[in-house]
Amino acid sequence: MSNLKNINVHLYQRRRVLNYTILTLSILTTIFGLFWLIWLLITLFGHGFQYLDLSVFTKPTPPPGATDGGLANAIVGSLIITFMGILIGAPVGVMAGTFLSEYALRSKVAPLIRFVNDVLLSAPSIILGVFVYEVVVVPMGHFSGWAGSLALALIALPIIVRTTEDMLKLVPNTMREAACALGAPRWKVTVAIVYKAAKAGILTGILLAVARISGETAPLLFTALNNQFWTTSLNQPVANLPVVIFQFAMSPYEEWQQLAWAGALLITISVLVLNIIVRTFLRTK
Amino acid sequence: MVEKSSNETQQLSDKGFSVVSEGGLRAASSKKLSELPLKIQVKNLDFYYGNFHALKSINMDIAERKVTAMIGPSGCGKSTLIRCFNRIYELYPKQYATGEIILDGRNILDPKEDLNLLRAQVGMVFQKPTPFPMSVYDNIAFGVKLYENLSKSEMDERVEWALKKAALWGEVQDKLQQIGTALSGGQQQRLCIARAIAVRPEVILLDEPCSALDPISTAKVEELIDELVSDYTILIVTHNMQQAARVSDFTAFMYLGELIEFDSTDKIFTNPSKKETQDYITGRFG
Repeated sequence: MSNLKNINVHLYQRRRVLNYTILTLSILTTIFGLFWLIWLLITLFGHGFQYLDLSVFTKPTPPPGATDGGLANAIVGSLIITFMGILIGAPVGVMAGTFLSEYALRSKVAPLIRFVNDVLLSAPSIILGVFVYEVVVVPMGHFSGWAGSLALALIALPIIVRTTEDMLKLVPNTMREAACALGAPRWKVTVAIVYKAAKAGILTGILLAVARISGETAPLLFTALNNQFWTTSLNQPVANLPVVIFQFAMSPYEEWQQLAWAGALLITISVLVLNIIVRTFLRTK
Repeated sequence: MVEKSSNETQQLSDKGFSVVSEGGLRAASSKKLSELPLKIQVKNLDFYYGNFHALKSINMDIAERKVTAMIGPSGCGKSTLIRCFNRIYELYPKQYATGEIILDGRNILDPKEDLNLLRAQVGMVFQKPTPFPMSVYDNIAFGVKLYENLSKSEMDERVEWALKKAALWGEVQDKLQQIGTALSGGQQQRLCIARAIAVRPEVILLDEPCSALDPISTAKVEELIDELVSDYTILIVTHNMQQAARVSDFTAFMYLGELIEFDSTDKIFTNPSKKETQDYITGRFG
């Protein structure tokens, strides 16, 4: 360096030091973040893996004291409630996101909708649970799977609205212009061209919403509650993993606690796998 | 203009296959603009981006089946002007035009004008190639399907016709099912031209169609313009003065939102009557 005449050595050194400092700090914070995640995974595997056997998937939740039980009804219940939640939340979310991105250019309501959506996005999930309890569970007179699905849909909705809008905004306007210039009506441009270009992104948003709602506990406590027994009817309380984990982990029965560990591990793995799928999905886009 | 019989389709595709080189023919007819049949008349056109007055009282006549080029420095309004002919600016709020653009006797700036039908009649190719995320075949079929109900074989024929017309058939005939975005930049642009031709418009707007292309692809597109002009009225915006001189019959020189001079390309490039035009042509500013 010193043989280069026009370089201010002092300035250059200072920039190098700054560069290393920032780099070190970045690495340390990354390690800090990963440390907790790995600790969490190790703990979950350590406590839960030994109990994760076939009966967890085949047998329903046991009564207190019984040693012979699994989580089958909770797993199935969780799948159904989550699926129905997405089935309600995804179409509404995608359509709302489409409105915001494609049709609301001249609209004065759009900024308001966007703001309300952001509020909903950061609303504590327990609030949504209580809300659905008030508008669905109370009038119906009992807890139900439908109420649970609705609560989860409300959590998924703002995520899907947001990602859909963002992903559609990423589609260059030149693409819309090109399709319009052929004489295509606006809806056709949106459905046939813009959706096609943003497909991977929109699906990613939906999958992220699935990952988010599949671990939600608070809204289900007020809505789907729990069920000791098998049920596929959403008109009744439906067993689900988060609430079962909540209930079993707090219980004094050892068998229940073991199942809670297994369930916790199961949810974590599912969410992790879902996230990995989403990442690879986005990368291959 | 939209209901096209299959008989007519046949005629057109025959025409497409038979075109060899009518570029020479076009160059030979060095008639004055006033003696030619007009396709479009622009009358007192003003254009606004919100409060910004981008085009100031433009008046110009566009001859049928001729190439009219628009040149001028960046920001002079030439792209803005070409975007008025299919009202593509309507996609954006706060952009509006006043005045008249008469196409075949009707004012297309009339709010009652059906924009989709207008755009089927006035096709456009943009600066950046914009293939749709679908196969080469579907890229072309997309526009055609909007206004015509063709059988599979008729559609095959149309796709082939359009690709031949755009001088792309030879390169993609084995890759029709391949995704359009996988083609090279030059091929993508010719695909976009084929897509625009496939709906059989009467006017084609080219907004700097070669600015993202290499010289060889540019030459191909220019040859193409030479061939297409026997069937279509073509408007082209270009940064490249040589290109305007090579491909156009008439040239409009624009500066700061005003049409400074509009005359035959020969006249503009050899003996312009305005000093600004001369300065720009000779590279003294711009």
